[in-house]
Amino acid sequence: MTTSIFGSAVIRKEDNGLLSGKSQFMADIVLPEMSFMALLDSPYAHAIIKKIDLSQAKIVDGVLDILIGDDIKQYNPLPVLMNPAGSEGHFPPHPWGFPAGQTILAINKVRHVGETVAAVVATSLEIAQKAVSLINVEYEILPHVLDARSAIASGAPVVHESIPDNVCQYVSWGDRQKTSEAIKNAEVVVRKNLPYQLVSACPVEPRATIADYNPDDQTYTLWTNTQIPHINRAVLSGLVLNIPFNKLRVIVPEVGGSYGCKGYIYNDTAIALVLAERLCRPVKWVDSREGIFQRTVHARGSDIDATIAGSKNGKINALYCSNFATLGAYSTFNGPGAPAALTGMSITGAYAIENPFYEVNISYTNRQMVGPMRGAGRTEGIYVIERLIDLFALEIGMDPIQVRRINYIKNDQFPYKNGLGFTYDTGNYELALELALKQVDLANIEKLRSDAAKRNRLLGFGVSSYAAVTGVGPSPYMHNVIGLNGGTYGTAHLRIHQSGDAQLHIGSQPHGQGHVTVFSQLVTEELGIPFDQIEVIHSDTKGNLPIGGSYGSRSFQIEGGAIIMACRKIKKKALLMAAYIFNVAEDSIAYADGNFFVTGSPEKSITLKSISNSLHNAWDLPEGMDPGLEAISYWDPKDFAFPFGTHIAVVEVDQSTGVIEIIRYISVDDYGRVCNPGIVDGQTHGNIYAGISQALIEQVVHNELGEVTNAKSLDYGSPRASSLPLFELSRTETATPNSPHGGKGAGDVAINGVPPTIVSAVCNAIGIPHLDMPLTPEKVWNAIQSRT
Amino acid sequence: MEFRYSVNGVQGVSEIKANLLLVDFLRDTLGLTGTKNPLDYGQTGACTVLLNGQPVKSSMMLAIQANDTNITTIEGLADSETIRILQASFKEYHAVQCGYCTPAVLLVLKDLLDRIPNPTELEVRKQLDSVLCRCTGYQNIVLAALDASKNLASAS
Repeated sequence: MTTSIFGSAVIRKEDNGLLSGKSQFMADIVLPEMSFMALLDSPYAHAIIKKIDLSQAKIVDGVLDILIGDDIKQYNPLPVLMNPAGSEGHFPPHPWGFPAGQTILAINKVRHVGETVAAVVATSLEIAQKAVSLINVEYEILPHVLDARSAIASGAPVVHESIPDNVCQYVSWGDRQKTSEAIKNAEVVVRKNLPYQLVSACPVEPRATIADYNPDDQTYTLWTNTQIPHINRAVLSGLVLNIPFNKLRVIVPEVGGSYGCKGYIYNDTAIALVLAERLCRPVKWVDSREGIFQRTVHARGSDIDATIAGSKNGKINALYCSNFATLGAYSTFNGPGAPAALTGMSITGAYAIENPFYEVNISYTNRQMVGPMRGAGRTEGIYVIERLIDLFALEIGMDPIQVRRINYIKNDQFPYKNGLGFTYDTGNYELALELALKQVDLANIEKLRSDAAKRNRLLGFGVSSYAAVTGVGPSPYMHNVIGLNGGTYGTAHLRIHQSGDAQLHIGSQPHGQGHVTVFSQLVTEELGIPFDQIEVIHSDTKGNLPIGGSYGSRSFQIEGGAIIMACRKIKKKALLMAAYIFNVAEDSIAYADGNFFVTGSPEKSITLKSISNSLHNAWDLPEGMDPGLEAISYWDPKDFAFPFGTHIAVVEVDQSTGVIEIIRYISVDDYGRVCNPGIVDGQTHGNIYAGISQALIEQVVHNELGEVTNAKSLDYGSPRASSLPLFELSRTETATPNSPHGGKGAGDVAINGVPPTIVSAVCNAIGIPHLDMPLTPEKVWNAIQSRT
Repeated sequence: MEFRYSVNGVQGVSEIKANLLLVDFLRDTLGLTGTKNPLDYGQTGACTVLLNGQPVKSSMMLAIQANDTNITTIEGLADSETIRILQASFKEYHAVQCGYCTPAVLLVLKDLLDRIPNPTELEVRKQLDSVLCRCTGYQNIVLAALDASKNLASAS
């Protein structure tokens, strides 16, 4: 092509409706006869429900229905669909033998603060909330356990009667014995406990649902702001509510931020469906701000005892990590996947370490559920290895940048098996490091430090590198190794109309990533159909082909792969038709810029539009060719891809307050081939923002009763615009062989580099080896005071 | 009680409950859902509207407090030159991701550019402090706002 649309920062098709305020989000939807649901939550971390008295609530004028645990025993608990293979998992009982999560309402017992005890539907939200306040529940309070290490100690309170030791799963990767021996024989050994605090994805838009039921044909419709409409449909219909698959339709409107936390099947959606059926009218539920911390999954919360070992010359040859993680009171549908597989298999980061070993005890506790968010599992792992590299460098008195250089996986080592189960596809880590270093005058850093000191500020810098898996995933590997019960391929259905316009049905679920734009670009690039003539249809299980949804930076790589494969099928049929029209052999036809022509006779040329017209008219087709022009593609990648990068932060710490100012943030990231740099840079900004936010501020704080004490936006901090600099981005492009366009994932990648970079810079500024996140002013001020 | 309102230039009288929040009046009574209600005590600022031209958080005031004032929401600004130029810059700079906070961001930036036609980067950032965005790191929003201020100057 003369100019390629692949690689161009095309303006998004999504923007007009969002900029005018007309695009519809969940809470904006109003249906005729709509009723409103409010939920009663458990105030206790662990208690037996002795009695529920509904008498006062029932008589409130306008109350339509009330549901409690006794009413839902015919429905199955939510199932768990991931259980890393080779390890025994322990889950609550499920009538069909699945690993189970929670029941859709608490039955007899509550196991975390915020667990749903009752649901009230009324003609207005105000009435529903009033009735909830009049439900009288008698509880018998039980002892509870809140943290992962206490949960597996002997004598700990038992969360599930069927699991007396509270252990959901023990998983390990690598060779324990070999690693232990390498550590025993090493010249230098550094040990450190490195926790990553519990956080919330905390989207600005709360979760919300509308369920409707049509008694005429017994069909259910669910509107909900999820990342995974097709999994919601499959699980809620067949596995939970026992209604036919074809009777449930799931529709997703615009989603106001998710970052992973809306990528689940939540009990409240199932409750709304049950109530809609009982009432034969729409039931609407919108969560509260507190609910984001009570009912929506938390994330991270790893607690890793780590040992790194190597030689004084900087070469690292062993890494041993023991993680203590918790799922909270129940497993989400994707189970222990983040701490078990994503952290465990990623923990060597960008380095070739001969003897890696990782183990994790994943326990049940009386806390709200924990699930992945942006950077799931990988961010915790990369944080550990990057902090260890700095500490190892300090121990041997070597520049930490040099230690990174020495231990990187080198360009000629790809494809590289990391010893924990992953094969890294491609990389050029040294290049990313050098590009980042070029942008900071480190030779001049002492001058900057003394300038800052004159302003009573401590200046420091930090450097981190990462490599992190994307592209879930090759289905056989996801099943056989990661233990996923389901396929993880991409799907695309591309139809070329008689007019030459295209209609593309995708299975991925956009929530801010611009899928409509990027996937239109792919079709334009492959088939030459003008960008504006491509319609992309998504977010509705009626009509779209099923895929798992959007998570783990998979959509561009996997869904995009399926779209390209569909385009190629279209091209193949069009080429056969062109050969027939020009009466030449198939191999005499070439394609360029949307035209098919006879090689050597460019005047014999026909557009895709004309071919489509002929195929739809079907007046004169080759023997055996069907009319029409459309293609369906199910595409499974052969392996994952590993984007990578190096980040540098320059920070100043106010000595008198402990407040950190980020002076510069430099990122060099490699996502393979990038289709829309405008969108990808925006994703990178969001990743850097989230990483800074977690390094400096964010933490879900529990009191000893298991209540979240900072469950409001005011108390759960997040940086505002004036506290941030302009981030300085650049990219390298190392294509992957594991997608047809050479692109790797990008949506939750750059965050991996951020927390260790910030912590490293702050420690460098203060002159201490390490400080745990979040780096609040109080903690930093105390660290400054206690310096020797 | 009787609420005399003027929203996006349309005047009316509505019988309302004393405890009705302005955001609920706009969204539920008038159906103007461009203003968001993230149920957050105003902290994210996604409920921002203009009251007599000034940004206010509509979930932090009663509807009756807006009696006899002029309220403007994103829906009422389709013809505003400042908003049109901001929208164009937002597209150009990829300043929209999920789009949930976008109407509020546009309103506070309109207020800024109406007062300070040529703001510095820091002035833009301080103005944006009233709205929380968890998608963009504010970067492209800041760049789009600075671009819009230049385009406004050349348009006038």
